[in-house]
Amino acid sequence: MAWETVIGLEVHVQLSTKSKLFSGSSTRFGAEPNTQANIYDLALPGTLPVLNAEAVRMAVRFGLAIGAEIGKKSVFDRKNYFYPDLPKGYQTSQLSFPTVGKGSLTITLDDGTTKTIGVTRAHIEEDAGKSLHEEFPDATGIDLNRAGTPLLEIVSEPEIRSAKEAVAYLKKLHSLITYLGISDGDMSQGSMRCDANVSVRKVGDPNFGTRTEIKNINSFRFVEKAILVEAQRQIDLIEDGGKVIQETRLYDADKNETRSMRTKEVANDYRYFPEPDLLPVIIDDAFIEEVRSTLPELPDVKAQRFQSQYGLSAYDANVLAAERATADYFEEVVKGSGDAKLSANWVMVDLQAVLNKNELTIEQSPVSAAALAGLIRRIKDNTISSKIAKTVFEAMVAGEGDADAIIEAKGLKQVTDVGAIEKIIDTVLANNPAQVEQYRAGQEKVFTFFVGQVMKESKGKANPAQVNEILKSKLAGN
Amino acid sequence: MNLKQGIADISRALAKGEYSSVELTRAYLAQIEAQNAALNAYITVTPERALAQAEAADARRAKGETAPLLGVPLAHKDIFCTRGVRTSCASRMLDNFIAPYDATVVEKLDQAGMVTLGKTNMDEFAMGSSNESSWYGPVRNPWNHDMVPGGSSGGSAAAVAASLCPAATATDTGGSIRQPAAFCGLTGIKPTYGRISRWGMIAYASSLDQAGVLTRSAEDAALLLQAMAGFDPKDSTSADLPVPDYVAALAQPLKGLRIGLPKEHFATGLDAEVEQQIRAALAVFESLGATLVEVSLPNSHLSISAYYVIAPAEASANLSRYDGVRYGYRCDKPQDLEDLYKRSRSEGFGAEVKRRIMVGTYALSAGYYDAYYIKAQKVRRLVKEDFTRAFEQVDVIMGPTTPSTAFPLGSKSKDPVTMYLEDIYTIAVNLAGLPGMSIPAGFVKGLPVGLQIVGRDFDEARLLNVAHQFQLATDWHTRTPGTQA
Repeated sequence: MAWETVIGLEVHVQLSTKSKLFSGSSTRFGAEPNTQANIYDLALPGTLPVLNAEAVRMAVRFGLAIGAEIGKKSVFDRKNYFYPDLPKGYQTSQLSFPTVGKGSLTITLDDGTTKTIGVTRAHIEEDAGKSLHEEFPDATGIDLNRAGTPLLEIVSEPEIRSAKEAVAYLKKLHSLITYLGISDGDMSQGSMRCDANVSVRKVGDPNFGTRTEIKNINSFRFVEKAILVEAQRQIDLIEDGGKVIQETRLYDADKNETRSMRTKEVANDYRYFPEPDLLPVIIDDAFIEEVRSTLPELPDVKAQRFQSQYGLSAYDANVLAAERATADYFEEVVKGSGDAKLSANWVMVDLQAVLNKNELTIEQSPVSAAALAGLIRRIKDNTISSKIAKTVFEAMVAGEGDADAIIEAKGLKQVTDVGAIEKIIDTVLANNPAQVEQYRAGQEKVFTFFVGQVMKESKGKANPAQVNEILKSKLAGN
Repeated sequence: MNLKQGIADISRALAKGEYSSVELTRAYLAQIEAQNAALNAYITVTPERALAQAEAADARRAKGETAPLLGVPLAHKDIFCTRGVRTSCASRMLDNFIAPYDATVVEKLDQAGMVTLGKTNMDEFAMGSSNESSWYGPVRNPWNHDMVPGGSSGGSAAAVAASLCPAATATDTGGSIRQPAAFCGLTGIKPTYGRISRWGMIAYASSLDQAGVLTRSAEDAALLLQAMAGFDPKDSTSADLPVPDYVAALAQPLKGLRIGLPKEHFATGLDAEVEQQIRAALAVFESLGATLVEVSLPNSHLSISAYYVIAPAEASANLSRYDGVRYGYRCDKPQDLEDLYKRSRSEGFGAEVKRRIMVGTYALSAGYYDAYYIKAQKVRRLVKEDFTRAFEQVDVIMGPTTPSTAFPLGSKSKDPVTMYLEDIYTIAVNLAGLPGMSIPAGFVKGLPVGLQIVGRDFDEARLLNVAHQFQLATDWHTRTPGTQA
């Protein structure tokens, strides 16, 4: 009987507030160690937390975007454990009364099918600092710049059934948080971190198997690989007569394997209790409605609109709407060019290829949306053919100017003058009498040969439609 | 120059130019120099800082400023962070800790123009009722050096009682202002939870800790509270409510005042002679036009048990930051991280602090949380409801502050539970978050007796008024060690 993988994800999203969750220190990434840690972050005696209201607003934005219940009264708790990068000796988090309750996310799989994944809860908590083990012989360095940075921990139901679904879920989350402007979602800088709870069971078994938790996976690709390798490890273990132990494991990307972390972690008793230095956060309907009124158009709704407004396929609409920056870029191109389908193709195919090749985001695109629209306009008004357009685009990517300037400078303007095209065709026919005979004898395949010759003679600038038309007419003996 | 004066008298004398702040400060510093060794009331004396503040105050006065507290000296309990000055909380753990910032209380009193003479001794991390748990040694009661001054604000109380300062800040988590006030013959007020900012006040039990003062009179306390109270954006639990004019409220006559006497506070365990003094004080209130009404606080006997779950639970987390990593005591040559934690904390903390950390850790641990912490919170609600019901019938509640007068040094320090019972009348007030006061109400065998007055939430003005009217009619609060026969 076949095996089924059961996955639940816990995703930590760094909220992009300017200051920390409970102190006024900056949250900027990459500063010199300990330059963004004030007396509260250092947990000096007598210091007290003051909640950053913006973090709560961001959490509520997320909650509304996934149709979740918003906690009218959320409570912060202390989670107690000793670690050098946790200055207070407890992390301030939310245990029983999170700001965001049950909601859901709809994911789209590669084959175009959709699936709804339940979100159990999302709670606000502070990040820890960093321990630096490598730079100091016989000692550990502590950098508290990150300590106290606001996180939203988003916990899914165990409703994900494959590594691919897990990746689709993460991509959807990434799309949402960037749309909402609550996080930059940058996994390489730790703005989005993922823990995966993985178990396996026989298909049809109503009970869950024993799960393991894979900690801190830092890219979409590694999430997929880590889940695959961990699920296989569990299957092999069970099939060999062994048992899965509930434990925390680390994914080693170099060896593509997971391995057990210290089991000490599991024995920790966090002794949660309500944080007495903070009052419960009371959220009323007026606040919720006010936040709701500021929500942007979200990716699912936008994709629907792209289909109805621009006549795009569901697939194209979803791809273009997935990231806010791409969607905005696309719509600007449409606005400037007046052709949605051409715009969609250019953004998804040609532009995307350039971005991928140079590892750029769309915000860093060497060709602006307005410039791309300018190129598409020249295709539409027959100034250049689609084929020449690729040449022009390459020059635009190379920074040689806008479409018009490049067409002008390189003399790429399409020939639409009937007399000029006729002249070329006459020459081609005159130079290839044998082929003319073949064609007239019924070998119509030779037609493409003539087209090729004409285009070659015109250096690709002859309007292909006109070439076809005139060529047919001349070969017919007119 | 009379060093036995209180804040209000000093304020008037400074305004009249009878002496300067510098002269007065020098006199107090000399008194500290002469007597502190015997009492151990101060951990740190800051003469240079005091004289600089006094000079600045005199200069401001010369320019025409007349603020009531300008140039008036005081001492701070060593639980309040003072920028550039050691703030030890009477613990070896913080013996080397120089605070880089001022507590809001310190900042506000500095701005009012007050002069800080130094930092007073206390029970380590405010955990104690006798001031015997200090890393810097016990404090002696100025009325009788064989007796404890009470705790945890014992240094503040002894310093004021011995005229080593005219007033001192203090904190009260379970009785730490009122009990020392009672033992040292002083006026002490613990305002409503949230009335005064806790920013910069080293936490013991966050949901119970509250700053207040130890003074010679209710009028003195009113002057200080006026400067200390109010919302602080740095303390989310501070109350965003207007601060009434405490001094103006003092004069209101007591006619029609309804005083509740909890029958549980006049039962077994109360020293008969103390009770006699309290009853005599209550008769004074009757003569001032008040009526006495018996009330009941049926759950108050559960207060100590609930307190000794909640306070240690919070303390166990609050004191986790003292780990030897960033500041404070660090053990010699730690072998590894665990060794660093274990030895820094077992060497840096005293026995009572460790006891409470362990009790609190246990109470919060998996499997015990509901039975202890949750249950204690339920008791806390019941205790609060007792008071709410009582205050439907009366305006203030009165009774003895402590079951007996100051006890001999060493007599209870070996038995924590007996020591915990010291706070039997005061602790419920902290659980309920209400304002409480203790004022001098007579003597038993040469030792002061304290009368506790408890008010409704944020009704400090009423408490101060009631205490002031009593002090206009009596002279217990004017007695000082040596003058009382």
